[in-house]
Amino acid sequence: MANLRTMSFDAVIVGGGGSGMRAALQLAQSGYNTAVITKVFPTRSHTVSAQGGITCAIASDDPDDQWQWHMYDTIKGSDYIGDQEAIEYMCQTGPEAVFELEHMGLPFSRTKEGRIYQRPFGGQSKDYGAGGQAARTCAAADRTGHALLHTLYQGNLKNKTVFLTEWFAVDIVQNEDKAVVGVVAINIETGESVYVKSKATVFATGGAGRIYASTTNAHICTGDGIGMALRAGFPVQDIEMWQFHPTGIHGAGTLVTEGCRGEGGYLINKDGERFMERYAPNAKDLAGRDVVARSMVLEILEGRGCGPEGDHVYLKLDHLGEEALNAKLPGILELSRTFAHADPVKVPIPVVPTCHYMMGGIPTNVDGQALTIDREGNDEVIEGLYSCGEAACVSVHGANRLGGNSLLDLVVFGRASGIFIEKKLKEGIDLKEATQDDIDRAMVVLNKINSSTEGENSAKLRGELQTIMQNYFGVFRRGDFMEQGVAKLDELRPRIQNVFLADKSLAFNTARIEALELQNLFETAYATAIAAAGRTESRGAHAREDFQERDDDNWLCHSIYFPGSKEIGKRSVNFSLKTREPFEPKVRTY
Amino acid sequence: MIDKAVRFYHSGLFDWFVQRVTALLMTAYLIFMLIYLFINPDLSYGQWEALNKSLGMRAFTFLTMIAMLSHAWIGNWCVLTDYVTERLIGPKANFIRNSIRFGMAILTFAYIAWAINILWRF
Amino acid sequence: MLTVSIYRYNPEIDQEPYMQDFEFDAQGKDLMVLDVLEKLKVEDPTLVFRRSCREGVCGSDGVNISGKNGLACITPISDAVRGNKLVIRPLPGLPVIRDLVIDMAQFYAQYEKIQPYMINDSAPPKIERLQSPEERSKLDGLYECILCACCSTACPSFWWNPEKFIGPSGLLQAYRFLADSRDTGTEERLSNLDDPFSVFRCHGIMNCVQVCPKGLNPTKAIGHIRKMLISSPA
Repeated sequence: MANLRTMSFDAVIVGGGGSGMRAALQLAQSGYNTAVITKVFPTRSHTVSAQGGITCAIASDDPDDQWQWHMYDTIKGSDYIGDQEAIEYMCQTGPEAVFELEHMGLPFSRTKEGRIYQRPFGGQSKDYGAGGQAARTCAAADRTGHALLHTLYQGNLKNKTVFLTEWFAVDIVQNEDKAVVGVVAINIETGESVYVKSKATVFATGGAGRIYASTTNAHICTGDGIGMALRAGFPVQDIEMWQFHPTGIHGAGTLVTEGCRGEGGYLINKDGERFMERYAPNAKDLAGRDVVARSMVLEILEGRGCGPEGDHVYLKLDHLGEEALNAKLPGILELSRTFAHADPVKVPIPVVPTCHYMMGGIPTNVDGQALTIDREGNDEVIEGLYSCGEAACVSVHGANRLGGNSLLDLVVFGRASGIFIEKKLKEGIDLKEATQDDIDRAMVVLNKINSSTEGENSAKLRGELQTIMQNYFGVFRRGDFMEQGVAKLDELRPRIQNVFLADKSLAFNTARIEALELQNLFETAYATAIAAAGRTESRGAHAREDFQERDDDNWLCHSIYFPGSKEIGKRSVNFSLKTREPFEPKVRTY
Repeated sequence: MIDKAVRFYHSGLFDWFVQRVTALLMTAYLIFMLIYLFINPDLSYGQWEALNKSLGMRAFTFLTMIAMLSHAWIGNWCVLTDYVTERLIGPKANFIRNSIRFGMAILTFAYIAWAINILWRF
Repeated sequence: MLTVSIYRYNPEIDQEPYMQDFEFDAQGKDLMVLDVLEKLKVEDPTLVFRRSCREGVCGSDGVNISGKNGLACITPISDAVRGNKLVIRPLPGLPVIRDLVIDMAQFYAQYEKIQPYMINDSAPPKIERLQSPEERSKLDGLYECILCACCSTACPSFWWNPEKFIGPSGLLQAYRFLADSRDTGTEERLSNLDDPFSVFRCHGIMNCVQVCPKGLNPTKAIGHIRKMLISSPA
């Protein structure tokens, strides 16, 4: 095996989205030699598509707002398997992190007082649910993710972060102690493989919505970090928890922000009925996303869907008036006109629940350190590996994420990882050098693809995978169906591992990248399938027809999928708050 | 003050400003001439000579001439730095461009001398 | 059947670029140009283009579609097909790496030149810096830029002087910071723009405005910068 060129950094962040760039910024500011490996130019990362805003108790809309109320909402929203310590940290640190973004130049929308504009989002309340709907989501019109991502990129330019743009991380390099000492990455433009060596490797690789056929996620959301972690033998947590966003544009899958309902829009069925009044009498259209998505599917299944096939419902906005729509939801008008051929100023938008967010991921602590579980079920830190953002499961979203909490998650925990790594680097990190064998192990998958002489085309295999996931592991799940799904995935595994790369050229060969992404998609999908079949209850986004009730006696815990044995285990949920007594599980209604 | 003037001279704003002022002057001259010719349809040589002999008219014509040459000088530089560059035509570009500029400079001075000669010949 | 004619160039194989025709059946649907490219890539995996969000906000898939720069993902074929033919080329004016993928280094370098970040060295308050809705509204039409390069690569001044002329996209962003009430770097920014090339190579032909997929107006922003340069004290 020829020796790879080595590049060395203090810290390497894999992923140039919001959390990755927030972590990189922290480290670059303190003068550490930091590199971001990103498979697309950073501002093309999927954070750019976030619309509605970043939820945080900055007390602009309501001067009496408290972060503790936000914490309560988030814990309730998680259906009680979010780690309370992490949620406390996120909600308490949030305002500081959001103000930092503002100071960096993020162009938030403003109130008359000149403060940041906040809009109501689903699952938000005042006074621990007793004070009615809160407006806590800080917004830059309906382009908050775009504004946030560009601001972070700009901050990194200012602080001279090294960007390995259009580089693709292939696999983790582990030394003889099983500590992570960097990754092997491909420079997409030249095709060269390089060992990128690092004292701290941060996986900020985002989600994997592309395991489903219908998703709001970008083409690039292929779970690369999850795939790499699983191939390295590390477990993932709560990976069965996939959020289906209530309002994806029917047919196209593009996202329509919850902010539409926050601003007063609502869902109607074919009879024009505002059906959410029946399912969630108090919060109505602003109930948790899992609740709204399931209600929509029930309306469709019971024959009250809209359109000739009766396979979607409508989101009505026209009553808000053209002026308000232009000011608050300009991006939505554009998207709807383009992808639904519907002008929301005049007609409602056809929408359907669409795969949106991966609540699960690489288990980490509040400092972003990746964890594995030892034989006795105790947490054990994986030396050298960190994770933040959607790729990580810290876990602040539990079984269901609240709208606007993803941007907060990625900023707060990107920052926290950066701060912690900074501290570790200051103390001195001493990891054993990787040997040639260690590096070669990270090249196995790539080498197999590069030397393939026959097999199937990756696009076709990807299509099959997505169809299986869509059909057997969707909004509603059933044990016997899922068993069939797992069997189909077992049949698909060798075909995907033997994917055929016909074009072996080096320069900007995206077919090679897609073949690698397919491996990551499959690992993520398979973990999802096993974990979903294993969790024999309904909780948050995981709704089973054969186990319709939440089962706190057996399942008030995280699921942990172990790639070696392909089995799931359990990990206890953190119920320890620093500032008050923990929130005990209650029946979750809106 | 001198600093400011020097910086202004080297700035893109200076060129931009000169192009606008000279354009206005040339337009004014053109409009004046058109109006003059329109209200004097049976213009005699005597009348024409008298007009152009006045100090005011001589100055106006001369200034317009200078404006036109400045305008052309800057415009020509813009065109040359767009198209006659190493990027577009290779390493000979600088030599060719400078040669054209040199030719332009000689031509410009010749035009000024010629203009003085015409205007003050009467 | 639709004829899709695509610019092809693989530096490892081809001496020079060529146009390749594909026959494509849209099955009567008004697909987006990106959908067409995706489907063609299933049949011919060697076809290379950039794409990410597929909804017009990431700016990856700027290409030249039947002669006009635009985003493949939000350009329906009904807008782009001429005489049953769809012609897709890379954005003009920058080097081609492979097929529809261009080398955007020069474009990004111009963006970096304008110091695309907030300059304000005063100690920040405990909360956000206040900004009135009126002050904030000055950023509308500026901050939405997605750096797709459709505008700059439609601009002849940028074609001729990509190292010296900032280009419409970079200038739009320059004005985004000049117009921000929270930014205190106005003088520094203006003095960096005051050479004969950076701003003044714009001759106002408005190609940028015509192609911008987000409906932004760089020419207007450039006009504002010029006005600020005229009235700046130094």
